[in-house]
Order: sequence, then C-alpha cells, then structure tokens
Amino acid sequence: MSEVSGDWATPHAKANLSRRRRSELLLKGAGFGAISVAFLMLFILLSSLISTGWQAFTQTHVAVDFVVSADLVKPEKIEGGNYRVIVKEAMAAAVPGAAGPGAEGLKPKELTGILSDAAQFRLRDLVVADPGLIGQTVTMVVPVSDPYDQLNKGLIDRATPEANRRLSDAQIAAFDVLVAEGRVTKPFNWAILGNADSRFPELAGLRGALVGSFYALLTCFVLAFPIGIGAAIYLEEFAPKNRTSDFIEININNLAAVPSVVFGLLALAVFLGWFGMPRSAPFVGGLTLALMTLPTIIIATRGALKAVPPSIREAALGVGASKQQVVIHHVLPLAMPGVMTGAIIGLARALGEAAPLLLIGMNAFITEAASTPFDAATSLPTQILIWADSTERGFVSRTSAAVLVLLGFLLIMNAIAIFLRSKYERRW
Amino acid sequence: MTGIAFLLLLAASVAGFMMNRAAARQIRAGGAPLHSLASYHGGYSVLLVLLPGLLFLLLFLMFQGPVILGLVMAALPSGVLDGLDSGAVQLVEAEIRSLARGQVFGTPEDWKIAAGAHMLALQGTARWAMLAVLALLIGAGLYVARGRVSAEFRARQGVEQILLGLMVGCSLIAIVTTVGIFFSLVFESARFFSMVPITEFLFGTNWEPQIPLRADQVAGAGAFGWLPVMLGTVVITVIALFFAIPIGLFSAIYLNEFASRRFRAFAKPVLEILSGIPTVVYGFFAVLTVAPALRATASDWGIVMSPNTALAAGGVMAIMLIPFISSFADDALAAVPRSLRDGSLALGATRAETVMKVLIPAAIPGIAGGILLAVSRAVGETMIVVMAAGLIASMTINPLDSVTTVTVQIVTLLIGDTSFDNPKTLAAFALGLMLFIVTLCINVLALRIVRKYREIYD
Repeated sequence: MSEVSGDWATPHAKANLSRRRRSELLLKGAGFGAISVAFLMLFILLSSLISTGWQAFTQTHVAVDFVVSADLVKPEKIEGGNYRVIVKEAMAAAVPGAAGPGAEGLKPKELTGILSDAAQFRLRDLVVADPGLIGQTVTMVVPVSDPYDQLNKGLIDRATPEANRRLSDAQIAAFDVLVAEGRVTKPFNWAILGNADSRFPELAGLRGALVGSFYALLTCFVLAFPIGIGAAIYLEEFAPKNRTSDFIEININNLAAVPSVVFGLLALAVFLGWFGMPRSAPFVGGLTLALMTLPTIIIATRGALKAVPPSIREAALGVGASKQQVVIHHVLPLAMPGVMTGAIIGLARALGEAAPLLLIGMNAFITEAASTPFDAATSLPTQILIWADSTERGFVSRTSAAVLVLLGFLLIMNAIAIFLRSKYERRW
Repeated sequence: MTGIAFLLLLAASVAGFMMNRAAARQIRAGGAPLHSLASYHGGYSVLLVLLPGLLFLLLFLMFQGPVILGLVMAALPSGVLDGLDSGAVQLVEAEIRSLARGQVFGTPEDWKIAAGAHMLALQGTARWAMLAVLALLIGAGLYVARGRVSAEFRARQGVEQILLGLMVGCSLIAIVTTVGIFFSLVFESARFFSMVPITEFLFGTNWEPQIPLRADQVAGAGAFGWLPVMLGTVVITVIALFFAIPIGLFSAIYLNEFASRRFRAFAKPVLEILSGIPTVVYGFFAVLTVAPALRATASDWGIVMSPNTALAAGGVMAIMLIPFISSFADDALAAVPRSLRDGSLALGATRAETVMKVLIPAAIPGIAGGILLAVSRAVGETMIVVMAAGLIASMTINPLDSVTTVTVQIVTLLIGDTSFDNPKTLAAFALGLMLFIVTLCINVLALRIVRKYREIYD
C-alpha cells in the first residue's frame, strides 16, 4: 500500500503522474488539432474559390477595326445588314498571315471564332444607333471567345501536345499576332455583373440572378418582418401561458429545423399546384423563403423583447399607458436593434438558400433580367448551381466568381448586423 | 390595374385617418371630453378600411386565375376535350392562355380562339369587378368608421382589439405552415400510394423512378422501393458525422478549457463563418476541389473511386456541421455548474480528467441533443448532395461508391416536368413525407433532451 502512504517520489507515483500529464497534453493537442482542421478547411475553401474565381473578374478584349461598307449594310435596312461578313473581313485584315486556307491553314470561320459571338450584334447595335457610321471604319473593343480568354489568362498550357489542347497551333499563332499588335487588353469584366445569363461564358453575367434574388428577398422581408414581429410580440407579451401558446412555441421551434427542401415541396404543391402561381417567379420564391425565415425572426425578436428590462414596462404602465402602448411605444423601439439584427441574419440565410427555389423552377435558363417579381428569374445560389453544371471550361471560374459575389453580399449583410448590434444594442 | 387598386386602398386609408382625426378633434374643440385620443379615431378608420380591402385583394388575386380558367374550360364546346389525358388538357389550357395574351402560334382551331377571346373578356370583367368591390368595401369601411366617431367611442380599445387579433393571426401562421406542409405532403403521397402500393415503397429494394411518361417513350420499367435511397442517406450522414463529431467536440473542449481568452475571441467568429456559408457553396467546393483531390489520392494508392463518391459529399457536409456541433457542445460545457468543475480540480484532477470524467458526463444530454440536431440537418441537407452525390440508387454501404439520397431524388424528380398525375413526380412527395417525419421525430427528441437537461441545473 505504498501508493497511498503519501510518498510522491516512488517510481510508480512518478510514472502515474507523467501518464496523467501525457493524457492532458494529448487532449490539448487533439483539441488544437481539431480546431486547426476546421480552420484549414475554411482556408482551403476560400483559397480554392479565390484562386479559380479571381480571373473571371477580368475578360480578354481585342480591338478590331470593322469596315462597315455600304455594300453590306443598306442604309434603308440597317438591322438586316450582313454584319457576319464584316466581322469576317475585319478579322482577316487583322491577322493577315493567317487569312485564307493557305499559309497557317486557318479557315476564316476559325479566325472569326477568336471573337465572341456577340461581336456582330454589338456592331449592328452600334450602326443602328448611329447610321452615319456606314461607309466608315469603326474600331470596337469586343470580348474574345472563351478558349482565347483562357489562353490569354494562361489557363491553356502551350506546352501540351496540340491534340490535347482546345486550340491548335495555328489558332494560337493567330492570337499571338493580335497580342503582338497590342490589340489585346484585359479590362475589368463588367459583363459578369451587368449581363444576364448566356450560353457563352464570355457573355454570361449575374444580373438576372441579382435582380431575382433582390425581388425574392424583398418579398421575403415585406412578409416575414411584420408577421414575425407581430407573432413574437403576441407570444412574448400577450399570450396567456397555456397549452395553446406552448403548442405554438414548440411548433415554431420545430419549423426552424424543418429541412429547406420540404418548404420547396410545400410551395410546389400549394403555391404552384393549388393557387396556380407562376413558375420560376421570384415572388413565389420570396413567399417560400418568408415561411422559412419566419421562425428565425420570431425567435430573434422574442429574445430581443425579453432583454428589455421589466422596469421599462412597469414605468410605462405606472404613468397610465395601456399594455399595447407599453409594447409599441417603449419596449419594441428599445428591442429594435436586436430585432433588426435577427432579421438581417435571417435574410442572409434566405439569400444563400437554393433548395426550395430549385423546386419552384428558379433554376431555368433565362437570358433577361426580370422586370417584375412575377417574371421568371433565377437567384444567386441557383445561378451558381446552373453554372456549376455547365460543361464549358469558362464557367468554372465564373461559378467561383459568382460564389465570391454571393459571399460578398453575405459578408456585407452580416457586417451590417454586427454594426447594428454593437452600435445600438443597449446592455441593461 | 392591381397597382391602381393598391394605391386606391392606400389613399382611402390615409383619407379616412385624416377625416376621423379631424372629426374627433372637432368634438374635443367643441368642449366634450374625448375618451380616446384623436389619432386612435383615425387609426380605427385605417384598420377598418385597410384590412378588409387587403384581404379581399389577396383572395381575389389568388383565386382569379384558377376561377377564370375553370369558367373558360367549362364553356368549351362539348366533346373537344374528350379522350385527352391531363397532360394534353394542360397543353390546351396553356395555349388558350397565350391566345388570351395575344400570342398566336401556328393556326389554332376556332374553338381555341373563341376560348381565348372568352378568357380575355372574363379577365376584363374581373378587373372592373375587383375595382368595384374594392370601392364598395372602402366606402363601407369609411362610412362605418366615420359614423362611430363620438366623444364616448372607445377607439383605443377598438384599435387594440383589432391589433391583438392581427398578432394572434401572425402567430397562427406558424401553425398554418406546419399544417400546410403536413397536408400537402400527405395529400400528394396518398395519390402516390394509390398508384404504387405502400408496402412496395417502404420495403422495396429497387429504386428506378425513370418511368415512361407517355406510352411511346422508352424508359425503365419503374420501381419505387425507397430502401436504397434511405441507405444512401444513412451512408452520407454517417460519413459526415464520423468526421464532424470528433472535430466539433474536440474544438469545443479546446475552446472551453484550454484556449486563452484572446484565441477564443478570434476562433469563435471564424467557426461561425463556416456555419454562415451557404450550402450551395459547399456543394461547389465538393465538386471543384474535394472530389478531384480524393480521386487523385485514391488512384495514387491504387483504389478505384467513383467520381461522385459518398466520401466527398459526406466529408464536405462534415465541414458544414463542425461549427454546429461545436457551438452546441460549447454551450453544454459552459452550462455545467462552476462547482462541479472546481470540485474536480480541487481534488487534484488534471484539466483533461476534469473534462473527460466530470464535464462531459454532466454535459452529455446537451451534446447529444446537438448531435441529434446535426443528424437531422445532415439528413435534410440538399444542395451539397445534389451537386456532389450520385443519382443512381444502389444497396451499398461502401463509402467509395456513389450513393444517392432522399433529398437528391426529390430534387431530380421534380426538376423540369411537374405534372401532378404520374408516380414519378408524386414519388418525390412520398419521399418528402418520409423526410419530414424522420427529421420531425429527431428534432422533437433533440429539443426535448436539450430542454430537459437545462431544467436539471437551472
């Protein structure tokens, strides 16, 4: 029984102590390791998105001189001009060595393929807007098509064998001619914010998704904010403590944990199936998101109302205010920062939600931004899904860029929430 | 027209407010003591005008379309719809609608053009009827409210009564939503089970929902046994929890017991960033980075891995769940009374022994509740698996294989074609019902455990 005699210097006690210290160290190490893994994952996630996404924020453009001859564009019918041939001739002139099926073996069609498909339409719009251009040479900066954009950004390795490359040696040589002449530039890619969706990566943008998300969030806010506050005030301040209000409370807590895709099923069956609301409409999406965010807002508002000290209520009651006047004139204004914080966090979650919107068809291919909340549209998260499913290489970096835009909006919303909380919330 | 209606309503309620307030002020100026403040008289008028008007407009907008369509379809010459199945009838409906909008494709039959004109006429009538009824409601509201203005009228009580009713209505919306979810799922599932026997759905081991929608279509024979789909969900959930529970738990322990205050202040918000990232972003991360990396590693070791292996989806889901589990465990550990911790340390236990032998056993109900909620999240998680998991259901528990989940199947069955009369789309609702029931049970259990545990120490 020497272990309990109080002699701490026996070999057995020493071994025991060092074993215990080792296990302490082990637990500490495991904890630190776990949290490092979590940080590492966040770092990998962000860095892989940024490293693929940043290049989508620039787009290779090339300046080309288009000769708008009167033969090809009749002044009386400007829209019907043969702009395709103008573009073809302009490219042949820009890369003289490669013109014709001879020297570099590059067909005229491949040469025009350097430019985005939009070139002829932009030229047409320019000439329609200013018919005085007919018979003159117009220098226009047009986006290049996706493979050349990738080439210019260094994403296509020139060292790989020609057969495994998306561009042939001749195509690269033709592009290099344009680079050598200083025609190629790489400005900020306004298209990714200003254009709607497109089949062509170089023209695709997030405008439709941004507008759709805006309408959906607006609908969600207009519905969920007042209803959520009303419900929270009732449950926190007026509801009698009985079975019914208990039931409502349990219900709200459960609703907060229902999978989002189930809300999509509800919207599909009730809003689209029974009420015949339009498919893909941001309004319906907003309605669905409102049902989803309602529990979040109710729970946050109740927390904020609870945090207002009873002395405020008693003072107001003491000078003769009615119960509702107490709440509306005194308690609610004091709770408002907390309520707003909860609402913004709820909206931020709604902004990132895609599953219910998928089920009501907000993942359609739509090339125009919605002009009302009842038109078909996509949203930011569903647009990310659409682009992620696209096979074109150029959409990989654009999807990452769309994710960065989405994360940027979430960052702003959360920053506003944190600001409101730290600036206006009172600690009693 | 709808915009005009809303503007009219707004203008009328402002006018009613002004009118009643002025009337009440006049009474007061005349020397009679008002029971309620003048603005409450105004507010009473606003509520009396606005609420019936809004309710009417909402109901009208909701039911206008279906009712008009029903009238038009009922007025079609008899016999034209004979022998058409519901899909073809829907096509006819869509054609009539676009004719009413003035879009003519090809040369429609005369009866369709007539129906389009009929629909247009009905829509015109409906618009005027809407404005007329709205004006009537507004007028009645204004009249009644104005008639009630008197010195004794308890306008404040009236307003407060109505507001209280509104607030009760707001809190009932949560119940209405739950009931709506439940009944829409049950209703559509019942239709599904009338086509596919419920025993086949519950116990079948074959899931091939790609059945022919038209008689001449070439497709699989169709089988609706949900067991492989459920198994896939279980596989991915288990993988996710396998990684998320230890990482989440150990980081909570570290933050709670070992970390300095400064490290904690930095680490908690960073973990919260992880929980704020939308799941579609995690899904894209799985496709972009995790799945290729896993496959490259596997082929280095000579293992054959499916391109959309369950490991990628489950692993990325684990990242999503780490902050969830860690914050629950953190709360549970922090809620253990100080006396237990101090008592253990005073007896000479190391910090690690205190954590493992005292704090965790005391906090286990809270931790278990958090883990259960994480399970329910993993089961219901949609976007990660839609992007990273497979589509083919197979009875496998090999994490290297591709599996599918309940949520993936719901989304794939409902994207694109959604006519509500074939088992393929209705199967999604049956799956949704199972998902709802399973997650509801887990949530109720978890919330109950968490709540019960709180009561022990409070």
